[in-house]
Amino acid sequence: MKLTAEEKKILNGEEGETKAKIMRTLVEFGELFGAKRLVKVTHDGHLVTSFGIGLLKPVFRTMDEIIKAGLKTEYPFTVDPRPIDYKNVKCGLLDKLIFSKIMYSKQKLYEEQLKKIGLRDEKSFTCTNYLPEVGNTPKYGDVLSWAESSAVVFANSVLGARCNRNSGMIDIFGAIIGKVPEFGLLTDEGRKASFVIEIKTSKLPEAQILGSAIGLKVMEAVPYIKGLDKFLGKKLNDDVIAYLKDMGAASASNGAVGLYHVENLTPEAKKLKKDLILENAQTYVIDDAELERVYKSYPVMWKNKEAKPSLCFIGCPHLTYSQLISWTNKLSNALVEAGRKKVKIRTIMTTSPNVEEKFKQADEYKKLMKMGVKISNICPLMYTNNPIAGGKPIITNSNKLRTYSKSRYFKDDEIVKIIAGGNA
Amino acid sequence: MKEVVKKIKTNFKGRVINEGEGEFECVVSRQGVNTLATFQKSALKNAKKVIGSDQNNPDVFGKNLTGVALILPQTIGSTTGGLVIQTICQMGIAPAAMLFSEEIDSLAASGVLLAKIWENSKLIAIDKIGKEILENAKTGDRVKISKDGKITLLPKNLEAKE
Repeated sequence: MKLTAEEKKILNGEEGETKAKIMRTLVEFGELFGAKRLVKVTHDGHLVTSFGIGLLKPVFRTMDEIIKAGLKTEYPFTVDPRPIDYKNVKCGLLDKLIFSKIMYSKQKLYEEQLKKIGLRDEKSFTCTNYLPEVGNTPKYGDVLSWAESSAVVFANSVLGARCNRNSGMIDIFGAIIGKVPEFGLLTDEGRKASFVIEIKTSKLPEAQILGSAIGLKVMEAVPYIKGLDKFLGKKLNDDVIAYLKDMGAASASNGAVGLYHVENLTPEAKKLKKDLILENAQTYVIDDAELERVYKSYPVMWKNKEAKPSLCFIGCPHLTYSQLISWTNKLSNALVEAGRKKVKIRTIMTTSPNVEEKFKQADEYKKLMKMGVKISNICPLMYTNNPIAGGKPIITNSNKLRTYSKSRYFKDDEIVKIIAGGNA
Repeated sequence: MKEVVKKIKTNFKGRVINEGEGEFECVVSRQGVNTLATFQKSALKNAKKVIGSDQNNPDVFGKNLTGVALILPQTIGSTTGGLVIQTICQMGIAPAAMLFSEEIDSLAASGVLLAKIWENSKLIAIDKIGKEILENAKTGDRVKISKDGKITLLPKNLEAKE
């Protein structure tokens, strides 16, 4: 990799040993992928590591080293959701003991470390940092040093920013140096599609299953999706953004998708059209039968497969404002149909602190509270990491949560009936 | 149907990312290994060995992954992946080697580099070995790795029936 004089100085340790190690990691990382140079980061950061899990000793030690060296990120950053919210996600004594004393025992210390190196503010804990309410929204062409697979895939695909699927720590390193190696999704060539996905379903596919099917098939390749604009239209309105957020998160967690293009809809597909498709691209046809096959392939991981669900998480990734409104109305109708006033199963809807603030001004907020639903800003995945809490029969509409926990996945229409106490 | 007996290919070579040598038992995953889903359960338990916990990957689910040569196409899943690899290396419960049939993915690459530069880890990593290693290696076979990226399979049986 060709480095500038300034970059070489850092690598040679002239600005300290820690900064040299950070630079070495970025340079070796880039060289593995044939990067020719480092390029400037042009927007705020987003980190994936928001949790003070005691066993992540390398993280706390490295953060200490960074702080002692007096290093900070060039721009402020947001970070994934916190793991605990006892007020809205109530836990038993044993659960609390495991969360606070064993699992996330370093949470306070870690949050202090984050503040010292450049955390934006107290409300910065969300995986949907790119939503306008949160405000860490890159523009077309911005170069990012982000991690969090669902945020990276959204920024690349829906906003047209440029970011590789960085790991935790690499996100911090790029944000501190203010540069990232130029390869993969940062290059025009790396953003071309080697898969064409043809949607031939009879109705709009469930976002979470479509994303899962794509991820499982293409792994880390870039897919160009045809036929989805027939259902979603050609404009990125709030509902479409929410759909693409959920589809992308599923494709990134069930596979390793960092960028997708949707014909006539996402910015690069609109601009470059079929020029984005590589000559020898493979084709994957998704019809109703294929979606059903993927859905049926998900194993049920509960000890007692017939158990009655005791908890439901909706909102992984965090819900948008329009999703909170729409879930409230869907649930309200389902409760009327089931002849109930409150949900039958304890239900937590997760969203960012900023979106929650906005939602609290809407009439639907009171309506949702009356139905007995709680709103929280936590990461459900981190909640289910607790072997006792996560071992309970939890249901979710999130394919990402299903992948990383024992939670059982249901489609949106099924889950709304289950929590309302009707027949699924 | 007539049984076809195929000779197993045993010699491979890839690009060395983190050099090392030795002979190890191998675990073969024919699909991408989801790092977080596979390693998190054992890491969270502070276990002395990693037992693969990814429900979606029968090739690694329930298998010991500590000290083995893990043969895989690439890693997939959450961007905590690199950190997870760094952590299991720091805990001393990582595989001895990760042998990638494809080009290493960005998350695994981060993990291998974080482990090497920040933990002085000896995790051997070789990529671009080619798809054939996934077709010829079987979980439970032994594999010999050389510093120059040469990989020799030492299967119990040199012939495979199709």
